Amino acid sequence: MQITAFWRNVRFLQALGQVVFVLMLALAAGFLYANVSTNLARQGLTVGYDFLTNPASFDIGESYISYEASNSYGRAILVGLVNTLVVSALGIVLTTFVGVIAGIARLSSNWLISRIAAAYVGVIRNTPLIIQLMFWYFGIILQLPAVKEAVALPGPIFLTRRGLYLPGFEATPAFDAWKIYIWVALASLIVIWLIFRWIQNRYDLPPPLWWYSAYLFLPILILWVGFMLQPEPPLKEMIPELAGLNFRGGLRLTPEFAALLFGLVVYTGSFIAEIVRAGIQAISRGQVEAARSLGLTTAQTLRLIIFPQALRVIIPPMTSQYLNLAKNSSLAIAIGYPDLFSIANTVINQTGAVIEVIVIIMLSYLSMSLFTSLLMNIYNSRVRLVER
Amino acid sequence: MAAIEMQPPRLSVGPIAWLKKNLFSTWYNVLLTFLALGLLYALLKPALQWALTEARWGVIEANLTLFMIGQYPREQLWRVWLTIYMLGGMIGLSWGIWKEAARGFALIALGAGLAFIVIGLLLNSNVWINWLIADAVLLAFYALGRILPQRGASIATLGWLLYFPLIFLLVAGTRFIPWLPPVNTNQWGGLLLTLMLTIVGNIGALPLGVLLALGRRSKLPILRYFSIGYIELIRGVPLVTVLFMANLLVPLFLPVNLRPPDAVIRVMIGFIMFEAAYQAENVRGGLQAINRGQYEAAQALGLSGALTMSLIVLPQALRAVIPALFNSFISLFKDTSLVAIIGLFDILRIARSVLAQSDWLGTHREVFLFAFIIYWGFNLAFTYGSRRLEEAMGVGKR
Amino acid sequence: MRKTTTLIGVLALASILLAACGGAAPAPTGEPVTIKETVIVTVEVTAEGTGGTEATPVPPPVVAGGERLQAIMDRGTLICGVHGTFQGFGFLDPAGAWTGFDVEFCRAWAAALFNDADAVEFQALSAQDRFTALQSGQVDVLSRNSTWTFTRDGELGLTFGPVTFYDGQAIMARADIVPGPAAGLADLEGANVCVQSGTTTELNLADQFRAAGVSYEPVVFAEQSEAFQAYDEGRCDAITSDRSQLATQGQAVLANFADHVILDLVMSKEPLGPAVAQGDDRLADMVHWVVYGMIQAEELGITSANVDEFLTSEDPVVRRLLGVEGELGSKIGLSNDFIYRTIKLVGNYGEVFERNLAPFGLARGQNDLWTNGGLMYAPPFR
Repeated sequence: MQITAFWRNVRFLQALGQVVFVLMLALAAGFLYANVSTNLARQGLTVGYDFLTNPASFDIGESYISYEASNSYGRAILVGLVNTLVVSALGIVLTTFVGVIAGIARLSSNWLISRIAAAYVGVIRNTPLIIQLMFWYFGIILQLPAVKEAVALPGPIFLTRRGLYLPGFEATPAFDAWKIYIWVALASLIVIWLIFRWIQNRYDLPPPLWWYSAYLFLPILILWVGFMLQPEPPLKEMIPELAGLNFRGGLRLTPEFAALLFGLVVYTGSFIAEIVRAGIQAISRGQVEAARSLGLTTAQTLRLIIFPQALRVIIPPMTSQYLNLAKNSSLAIAIGYPDLFSIANTVINQTGAVIEVIVIIMLSYLSMSLFTSLLMNIYNSRVRLVER
Repeated sequence: MAAIEMQPPRLSVGPIAWLKKNLFSTWYNVLLTFLALGLLYALLKPALQWALTEARWGVIEANLTLFMIGQYPREQLWRVWLTIYMLGGMIGLSWGIWKEAARGFALIALGAGLAFIVIGLLLNSNVWINWLIADAVLLAFYALGRILPQRGASIATLGWLLYFPLIFLLVAGTRFIPWLPPVNTNQWGGLLLTLMLTIVGNIGALPLGVLLALGRRSKLPILRYFSIGYIELIRGVPLVTVLFMANLLVPLFLPVNLRPPDAVIRVMIGFIMFEAAYQAENVRGGLQAINRGQYEAAQALGLSGALTMSLIVLPQALRAVIPALFNSFISLFKDTSLVAIIGLFDILRIARSVLAQSDWLGTHREVFLFAFIIYWGFNLAFTYGSRRLEEAMGVGKR
Repeated sequence: MRKTTTLIGVLALASILLAACGGAAPAPTGEPVTIKETVIVTVEVTAEGTGGTEATPVPPPVVAGGERLQAIMDRGTLICGVHGTFQGFGFLDPAGAWTGFDVEFCRAWAAALFNDADAVEFQALSAQDRFTALQSGQVDVLSRNSTWTFTRDGELGLTFGPVTFYDGQAIMARADIVPGPAAGLADLEGANVCVQSGTTTELNLADQFRAAGVSYEPVVFAEQSEAFQAYDEGRCDAITSDRSQLATQGQAVLANFADHVILDLVMSKEPLGPAVAQGDDRLADMVHWVVYGMIQAEELGITSANVDEFLTSEDPVVRRLLGVEGELGSKIGLSNDFIYRTIKLVGNYGEVFERNLAPFGLARGQNDLWTNGGLMYAPPFR
């Protein structure tokens, strides 16, 4: 056996390489750190997170947690974070619908429908989101009529340049008593699902289609029994109506929120449409034909053959689109929605704490991304093909 | 394209049959068709009415130069035109030499030139002459490319490698050449700035991306964790925060006495940092697609690790990821619009400053639609050209 | 604990940057493109003003002050942070030229430094990044209608120059919802108010409505022009900003200015002026004394048109101001005739005001000379 000189030993060289790399990193970090501290010291600035507890003294247009100008900067940033989470969560749900529908529409046998879907995808994917947002906000939503001449849609939904007013619900005093019926109704759904699964495993066949109506009827039955016992309804509808200068009652989406949500949903939907289309097309025709020859209906083929397989192809790119949507919500700053980035920006401007706030922004987005990836990875590992 | 599918013989022909087959095949298709028609009518009618009667398109005409080059000194405009002529020349040369592969881009460039000649003539503007020159140069170099000897391919490759540094030099200028005075990057604007950011961001990020991809697949744990950390950190945060950071923090990290680079340069650094993480993932995809046998064969030939990488693996991996790189070119092109938030005068910010002009208040739709058309048209053309190139090269297919 | 977190944060960011710098070095072909060009641009700018004669050696180590001013002198251009979309104060016009009150002060400093009013490089800054731009050294001077406040002066590490414009925050509302200019905040109960983020205005708005116990909904934009556009489109019932802004922008960007009322209510004091980063007193002195010189020149009746006649004046005050006598300029590292240059190339304070703000119907008011009952008062040049 030949003894190699230590400088030709692969393991030694690897270790040396790493040491050199770490040294270079440390040197560069030290150099940058020295520069930052000199620069800051020269201007008499200090770095620290003390400012977070100082009163913010600015107001925020919309907030899902209580906030007023006397609250701290930390609280203001939290408001921004919650606003970002709300618009991202709603956006992810809605964009999935839009994307799946558009993706299926692109494969429609109806020429007109598939052309419209293709045009939607082609135009939206190829233009910048930020310009789309500004177009929706300044070009469309702010051009809606004033409150008094609101566009009334059935619902009633009112479209005005001051916001979108939708009917909403409000809990009545009877809501507490109703909770139990609602829980029982929800539990019944799970019971039905378990029963169906048992049948499917036992007989290797899905239950007849009309059995699925049980999902609808059983909860309704339970709620109807509840209504017999407790006649007062649990929720009261709130209908927006014109009162003075503004609408009262109902849900209001501010123009900024509406434009941001709409823009994000439309934009991300066009990417999801392509993913869904590619996922469905990845299923070979043979699968479909085999399913049809087994006597499965079109709906059954879609549900039992195509979707489960397409899902595997679809989920990983879909995850990154969801993440993109959440990250893109930072463009809210262009249209005045108080999201995390926009509020953090204001805080930087009022306090001058550039480094600290940028660290907060980056850590927040990073943890949101990691959390979403984690969830989707868990889901992905459940639907993944077990490889041998 | 695994198998060639035989189309069933057509049973009937003619427009009626087409309509029946494609629009009214089943009862729900009939319903869908009418719904779609109704929707189109409801959306398109007011939109067209607005575009043809109400819209004040004069805002575009009045500010066209601003949209294209921002504050770039007007007396130095010839430099921008020269870069366009050079581009025409390079495309023509490539078309002549590589034929099929560059035909898509060449046709697009010719068509765009023709369209601008017509528009220039319609608007009574002199720019049609410049576009005519550009098209003429393209055709002349096409002819040159056809008659060049076998050496042509390497000449064209060299030309492209020189082209990008050269246009940067032309646009930025230098104090060493008297007839090419420096133009400060703060004066770059509009489409010119957008394109410069896209090109620099993409080309600058590629080597860094390759290094990161190699680092991520490295056996050295520290190198690997560093690469993974960098890639995941950048991919986990929005681009606008990276740009924001580059804009605000780069000067803080530099020595006190050094003049901080201009905003455009800082933003370019931000784009390179951002894009490198994404291109690293693209390249990694390409590296993973390389068969183990290739490594083993290289080893059997006695190539060292570095030689295996640079001669065998990387060329194949990069070739495999060409479509992905084209895609990131397009997405970076769109993403450059975020520099408007930082305060650079790209197309979007020019649009916003146009909206603050007293004469053109309330022309949001016109201005933003114009910006849409620029981005959309450019991306469409680029997609078409790159697809033709990919088909001719046979990349992206196994 | 806090220190450690910060350190970790800084290190994390540092390592990102490092990856960009450190990783680029051993890169194969193609890569040097960007790096090399960065250098080219930097060199050009340095060379532009010095005419290529003076090579800039490594500047001396940090001294008590003056290194920034020296860097500017070596570079040959002043980098001035201004507004970009604010007609009357700082505006980029369709021809690509910079105009406005704040812009003219940048030209005045350039004239004093280089005897060339065009040796300025303008950078448009938003309200949000203007102070960080100063802190990070991106601009030398900020002349972007910024309010001088204690926090900004102290906490942000800035030094504010003399006030160039005394302003006050006001509120403009649609004529159909308020009784008239005499209306108070109570008339705006429940109103949507458009405001720009990162301004003192935003803070005063919150303070004033809170003090008056009136509820309102702020609609906050990153850019003033967007706030005005949104207000004009009817998104808000009222908009708040400095009175000068409401008057100029109201005329410039609102579709019909007559439909809007600027309330008489004064919500705050807004002394607007230039600012520089702390750490270079020489630069701050220059900024201060050029502005004072322009005010003093107006008081003495010296304008850009007649300044040459004053060169032969016997009045020692005039002679000292214009640098004919004494060595005032050299004491702050400038040429002795720096005020002469400024007046000759740009004009006195009154001229700048008339050129830029009078067209928008702004009267001198508080911004008139102290001799006319205003607040403009220059310390003596001696």
